[in-house]
Amino acid sequence: MKVKLSSLLWMLPAAFLFFFFLVPLGNILLVMATRSGVVSTNAIFQPLWFTIWQAALSMLLTLALGLPAAFVFARYNFAGKGVLRLLTTLPFILPTVVVAAGFTALLGPRGLVNGWLMQAFNLQNPPIAFMNTLGAILIAHVFYNTSVVIRVVGSALVQFDPRIEEAGRVLGGSPWRVFREVTLPLLRPSILVAALMVFLFDFTSFGVILLLGGPRFATLEVSIYSQTLSMLNLRMAGLLSFIQLACTIGITLLYTRLNGKRSVPLMPRLRGETVRTPKSIFEKTAVGLMVTVLVVLLVSPLAALALKSVLQTDAATQTSSLTLAYYRELFINRNDAFFYVPPAKAALNSLFYAAVTVLISVGLGLTASYALVRQRGLKRWLDPLIMLPLGTSAVTLGLGFLITFNKPPLDVSSFPLLIPLAHSLVALPFVVRTIQPALASIPASLGESAASLGASPWRVWRELELPIIRRAVMVGVIFSFTLSLGEFGATSFLARPDTPTLPVAIYRFLSQPGAMNYGQAMAMATLLMLVCALAIGLLDKLQVEGRGSVNSDL
Amino acid sequence: MKKVIFVFLIGALLAGCTVKLVGPQTLTVMTHDSFAISESLVTQFESEYDVTLVFLKSGDTGSALNRAILTKGSTEADVFYGVDNTFLSRALEEDLFVSYASPALEQIPAEFKLDDQNRALPVDYGDVCINYDKAYFASRDLALPQSLDDLLKPEYGQGSGNEGLLVVENPAVSSPGLAFLLATIAQYGEEGYLDYWQALKDNGLVVVNDWSTAYYTNFSGSSGKGAQPMAVSYASSPAVEVVYAATPITEAPIASLVGDGMCFRQIEFVGILKGTKNEKLAQSFVDFMLGKDFQEDMPLQMFVYPVNPEAVLPEVYVKYNQVPETTGSLDAQLIADKRDVWIQAWMDTVLR
Amino acid sequence: MSQLEIINIHKNYEGKPLLKGINLSVESGETLCLLGRSGSGKSTLLRIVAGLESADRGDLLWNGESICDVPTWQRQFGLMFQDYALFPHMNVSENVAFGLRMAGMKKVEIAPLVNEALELVNMSAFAKRQVTDLSGGEQQRIALARALAPHPRLLMLDEPLAALDRALRLELQDELRGLLHKTGIPAIYVTHDQEEAFVLGDRVAILSDGLVEQSGSPEAVYKFPKNRSVAEFLGMTNLVDGKVVATEPLQVETALGILTSSNCRMSNVKIGDQQLLLVQTTGAERPTTQDGSNRILGIVTECFFRGDDFKVTLNCCELFFEFSLSERCEVGQSITIQVPDSSVVCLET
Repeated sequence: MKVKLSSLLWMLPAAFLFFFFLVPLGNILLVMATRSGVVSTNAIFQPLWFTIWQAALSMLLTLALGLPAAFVFARYNFAGKGVLRLLTTLPFILPTVVVAAGFTALLGPRGLVNGWLMQAFNLQNPPIAFMNTLGAILIAHVFYNTSVVIRVVGSALVQFDPRIEEAGRVLGGSPWRVFREVTLPLLRPSILVAALMVFLFDFTSFGVILLLGGPRFATLEVSIYSQTLSMLNLRMAGLLSFIQLACTIGITLLYTRLNGKRSVPLMPRLRGETVRTPKSIFEKTAVGLMVTVLVVLLVSPLAALALKSVLQTDAATQTSSLTLAYYRELFINRNDAFFYVPPAKAALNSLFYAAVTVLISVGLGLTASYALVRQRGLKRWLDPLIMLPLGTSAVTLGLGFLITFNKPPLDVSSFPLLIPLAHSLVALPFVVRTIQPALASIPASLGESAASLGASPWRVWRELELPIIRRAVMVGVIFSFTLSLGEFGATSFLARPDTPTLPVAIYRFLSQPGAMNYGQAMAMATLLMLVCALAIGLLDKLQVEGRGSVNSDL
Repeated sequence: MKKVIFVFLIGALLAGCTVKLVGPQTLTVMTHDSFAISESLVTQFESEYDVTLVFLKSGDTGSALNRAILTKGSTEADVFYGVDNTFLSRALEEDLFVSYASPALEQIPAEFKLDDQNRALPVDYGDVCINYDKAYFASRDLALPQSLDDLLKPEYGQGSGNEGLLVVENPAVSSPGLAFLLATIAQYGEEGYLDYWQALKDNGLVVVNDWSTAYYTNFSGSSGKGAQPMAVSYASSPAVEVVYAATPITEAPIASLVGDGMCFRQIEFVGILKGTKNEKLAQSFVDFMLGKDFQEDMPLQMFVYPVNPEAVLPEVYVKYNQVPETTGSLDAQLIADKRDVWIQAWMDTVLR
Repeated sequence: MSQLEIINIHKNYEGKPLLKGINLSVESGETLCLLGRSGSGKSTLLRIVAGLESADRGDLLWNGESICDVPTWQRQFGLMFQDYALFPHMNVSENVAFGLRMAGMKKVEIAPLVNEALELVNMSAFAKRQVTDLSGGEQQRIALARALAPHPRLLMLDEPLAALDRALRLELQDELRGLLHKTGIPAIYVTHDQEEAFVLGDRVAILSDGLVEQSGSPEAVYKFPKNRSVAEFLGMTNLVDGKVVATEPLQVETALGILTSSNCRMSNVKIGDQQLLLVQTTGAERPTTQDGSNRILGIVTECFFRGDDFKVTLNCCELFFEFSLSERCEVGQSITIQVPDSSVVCLET
């Protein structure tokens, strides 16, 4: 009997996850388990509890901002929408060191806001204590992950049939009731997905906790880091990693349960019929308010960074002036440093890794999504497996990579694809979660009718399915792209010193004293934002140009 | 179609292998992120020995050491550079290195040679000290603390709000943080250091997790313009501030407190990894690292001090850096045995 | 008094005028059929009445009071969407109950009303089914039940049968007609199918180019289409242009010869005017005598059996005319046909 090729699709993502996730993770956990070290239960429960509740709280806050923002983006046209959409994506790519610097510049004890308040009210001490507080952790998590909600829920909203809401209104439902009883339940799958991904991100949060939360807060990930790298207690680190993994599995299963009850296909819609200009005063105020909040929360720290990259303070007079010195300095290898990398080279490295990450994760994401849609039996194990890397300790997995891939040709020094492979592990869940629902919403009759018209499976895919899932694919592309551009943890483990990425280069500057180093870090970060903004802008443009439109009966 | 892909994959694999096989032999150096070297020196070594140098960097000192330990025997690298005296015993326990009595060791003072079997050879050292903001102290006519005890004086406890004037790093995640903790243990002993930290805490001590935050966010002497005029950092920072000033300056904005017992000396070591197939070449590289050229290159690349007394220090070092006369020191074995206990106790005292 | 009055509604769509001043009214208990081509703006008009869109200009009156500022959910109108827009996350009875819940009814009150509505559309057995599992016809009935359940003051149906096959459409057409009369709810029924409009409408209004071209009882509209576009829209193709040669009775000289009309409702026709005529297909005969008016000579180009009669296409001086005849003709045969004066209608140009 001939086996249908398409029924073997699942093997591709499964093999990828086996070789590049399960094997290295299993290896390192085994090694850790066999090493000696003191295990104290107290050091488990405290970080575990904190990890869970800060992640839950961060997730709720992110949804509280992200959902209305997604609605505003999906439903309304307003001036500067394109730019704002672009800017809200940027936080996602910035390494935590840079974000911390941005928040410090804004809200730190000597930051812009405190400085202004002290001057305005003649205060002796900065009134806002931001650094090293729980608030800093929460705000930074919201800052990072709002774009996840905007993109994931937004893409579902755009495909949402407005007639269903209208039917609710005609039947006497007030806007609020229609939202609660029709829109919200129908968006539930995408909201749950966004919530799950944001939760897992916050659950394994490391940089934010370390840099903004300060030493009084420790998540499992931070504990794993310090147990591994400072205390050299690998046994304890292994145990913590295992607990973190178990929690991730538990959360993913809970999600599957919640989501699996009633999954409703949404008919994909191509036309932009849902988008309109705000008319009533209420709408205008709501949109205006949302835009203001997004600008203040998401854009102002970025702007503070960019500002810092062109400001220099004269040591003698303590006055500030504008300068491009930091940018110029980026291009000079003043010390004849062997590991010096021109910014263009670092940007190219980053872009190369990001592009490969997109290819791998979207390629695997598409195959995985098809497999999951066509073979429902897979859902039980392939689905949670794909989510797992999101909730896995980067330190542990990084070490797993190092001990597993250390022989040519698959080793860090000669195989350049290990970084994009590692990035793809984290990007894959995003891609699958955005593509799969879009794919599931395509009625089977569509492909069948096309096939009856003489279209080969390839043509059916190319001309029917791809255009329909195109938006979802683009969301996946942008996710994996930005994720790879900004990833620092795994990259710092795996990057060859002669091919650093932009975040690695930024980190190099920030680990040395000196105003020039600090300025160069800010300049490099601004460049990273610029590179990313350009790339996303280009991708968004492609998406807009390629979008088909179907005329409706007026 | 499938055949094409198969052939392509095989081709790619072969291409990957051949790159590795042809060309001159390679010497792989495993190290941490802070490793830096002048390009001309790399070229010099490569042409002298007809070898290609490959550097593997992975994270900070702890990450790099973990990598070396976990990939022990894989012959992934030939030389490991960057284990310091706080990690030394662990590296030796793990039996990572083979002995090499480099002729260059002769010139190096005995105080740096912590391994009598010469498995780990000292390369450089740096003192973790408290940097202070000169302008802050000058403008307030504030006396400089001369000892660790001085830091408990009330005048250093009143900064902005209820925060004092000193910021330190969390030893659980930061290497200078750990070094400063060790300095206090060396000074007050295992019995007394926690009381000292409790007193520091009562005097408004500010704790952050990492050096970058301490230096750029909290320290008022850096371009971050933070709130604390004293930060645990490195004795080489004043010179670096001059070298990397945004506009040329003739005076460092910061200096180091080098009173008795206030600093802790970190010594970094290099070792030849067990299982190397290039032991001769690896030995040459170790000699090279201990030689005058490399030793003189380090201060401005890695901002550390050379262990080789023949190396001439750059002028900015002489001019702007303060060198402590005595530094705290602890037995490497004791550190290895007690580090997690000390760190845990510190966290219980200071962070709770 | 009219219950709903639509007064001078204007609406631009993407900068182009779509509705250019619509005036219509719906009497109590009456079904008004809005007939028009795709893109004629009939769906938009419904959406404006429902409050889903606002008019650029004009007014809507309900029992004499303007409802322009009443939000959709307070208008108590029912709207059945073309693609039904059933709530995919609710089952059949939950869908039907939705409007009742929105009206603030209690569970115990809702259940019998849901049953009643489902019985009305013969779908009681489907109460617990998921709507996504239903066929097109079943979904249509549920959508209707959902719209009817809260007893709306006005029911609007937007091409409710468009997606169904012919047999089902005919069956549901009759059912709908019965239901609309049984419930007595005034209704606006939008369709592009004239047959459907004639079967269902107490009154028919033809929308074209953003205006109401003609409205009236189905018979009146069918018998006296106002102009070429109405006639063509109703599928009447026997149109011929000519010059008025006499007015009492009206005689027009055309390419087919002089045609006499006893059915002209236009008042100011003068001799020498250009006049457009419609020759209705019914009532045509092959004359047995040589005299009488309205004799049309042509060559048969097509003739086929339709059940009750034969449809014959004649080529008359390169103008093609269709007639219903009781007997078969041979293609290529040259024949003469006579129509009564009452079957010649004059149209506005």
